[in-house]
Amino acid sequence: MKVLSGKARERLLYLISPIALIALWQVLLMLGVGDRRFIPAPSDIAQRFVKLVASGELAWHVGVTLYRVALGYVIGAVPAVAIGLLMAMFKPVRIFFDPLIAALFPIPKIALMPLLLLAFGFGDASKVALVAIAVFFPVIVNTYVGASNIEKIYWDVAKNYGASQMVMFTRVVFFGALPMIFAGLRIALAVSFIVLVASEFVATKSGIGYLIWNSWELLQVDIMFVGIVTIGIIGLITSAVFQEIERRAVPWRTE
Amino acid sequence: MAVERRGAAIDIVGLGKEYVSGQGRVVALDDINLRIAPGEFVCIVGPSGCGKSTLLRILAGLAKETSGTIKVEAPGWAIENAMVFQESGLFPWMSVETNVGFGLMTRGVPAAEMATRVDAALKLVGLTKFRRHYPHQLSGGMRQRSAIARAFVTDPGMLLMDEPLAALDAQNRVILQAELVRIWEQTRKTVIYITHSIEEALLLGDRTVVMTAQPGRIKEIIDVPFPRPRDLITLSASPEFGRLKLAIWQVLEDEVMRARGEEEA
Repeated sequence: MKVLSGKARERLLYLISPIALIALWQVLLMLGVGDRRFIPAPSDIAQRFVKLVASGELAWHVGVTLYRVALGYVIGAVPAVAIGLLMAMFKPVRIFFDPLIAALFPIPKIALMPLLLLAFGFGDASKVALVAIAVFFPVIVNTYVGASNIEKIYWDVAKNYGASQMVMFTRVVFFGALPMIFAGLRIALAVSFIVLVASEFVATKSGIGYLIWNSWELLQVDIMFVGIVTIGIIGLITSAVFQEIERRAVPWRTE
Repeated sequence: MAVERRGAAIDIVGLGKEYVSGQGRVVALDDINLRIAPGEFVCIVGPSGCGKSTLLRILAGLAKETSGTIKVEAPGWAIENAMVFQESGLFPWMSVETNVGFGLMTRGVPAAEMATRVDAALKLVGLTKFRRHYPHQLSGGMRQRSAIARAFVTDPGMLLMDEPLAALDAQNRVILQAELVRIWEQTRKTVIYITHSIEEALLLGDRTVVMTAQPGRIKEIIDVPFPRPRDLITLSASPEFGRLKLAIWQVLEDEVMRARGEEEA
């Protein structure tokens, strides 16, 4: 048998702790430690998971949640990157946005949910808006920090070689800030799921957050766990996809 | 190449630069007068803090003088100047060829023409094979060669070089000095070359300007009489080279000592 490469072996080793935890959980419940009505065993959750997948119910909720996250994410991130770069390039832009960011960033975004329900109603719009707002702040702050930390020599080179403001923006400042922009986008990805699932606890009949909250109210604890596990899986997949995008988009980064 | 077409003429009159720092007013440059002929290679040496980089930055349009004037005559040159920086200043996110073409892209040179000119410039510095590499994949010498190509490709009336070879090891420096002289002898652009090495100034330049520190003034301008084309290795071993080197060092020594004394005081 061919021996596994170092990297593959390392990946397998990463599975030891989660598998051990799940196994321990299963064994303890089978031994009668804990009440299975409140704490379902991994096998119960798996069974329920399969049923929900088969009925298409889970896919529906996942789809709704992903749609809201994706839309809100783009609506929040694109202007955040643009304004963050402009802040580093032009002092008046910086002076205008600095106090706004300082004042609004620390507000827990979920606290805005009632306000957004009032403004956008009970449909998708209020959730999308919440995600967009939550995404906006970490992305703009990271973009600005990244762009203002671009070494002076690159500004000098660009100026000496005749770069217009447009070239500055698209070819120099954007790429110079890109590693930090990705750092902001990564934080924003986690934040967007956090606020969205929380917002889905109320005022909606769809999405993973609704699935979790509704099953809690009906004391269907196994469905609740299916929802939680599903978010974990989505998080894992999106962050892996994200890493791959980042690797391709920032080929100059020395590791 | 059109050797007949000589570079820009530069006339610097009474140039001064002051700025206010934490310690009060600093006179970086004081009454600099220097006339540079078209196609001349002028080297500037001086102790650190003598304002030689400031002078170059003013010529490059990256800083503004506080007094005096600079007149640059570059008839027939689309681009007045291009600077080669000490730490290459290649954009890490662009490949070598994109970096080299940067000054053409910003000026809206058509893609086909740009490709031809970038090809020629890469060939000139021997980096054709590395055109798709990123700067971090290159050695220090290759990075500096790319930066030199980026400046030459824009075909500027004058080249401003701020210790472009200072960060290289001795062997690479010797090789690049020879290459630089070869390229310059083909193109005869006006070059202003900052260095802290007297030897380098004598090997490359037609004249050496010695500057003093705080305030930055021109102390002496020395003609470098060696004929061209120059063979740098043979030249550096000649007795005349040694004599001139000693003469400049004696001019510079007082200044370096004085600057040191002030630092210690």
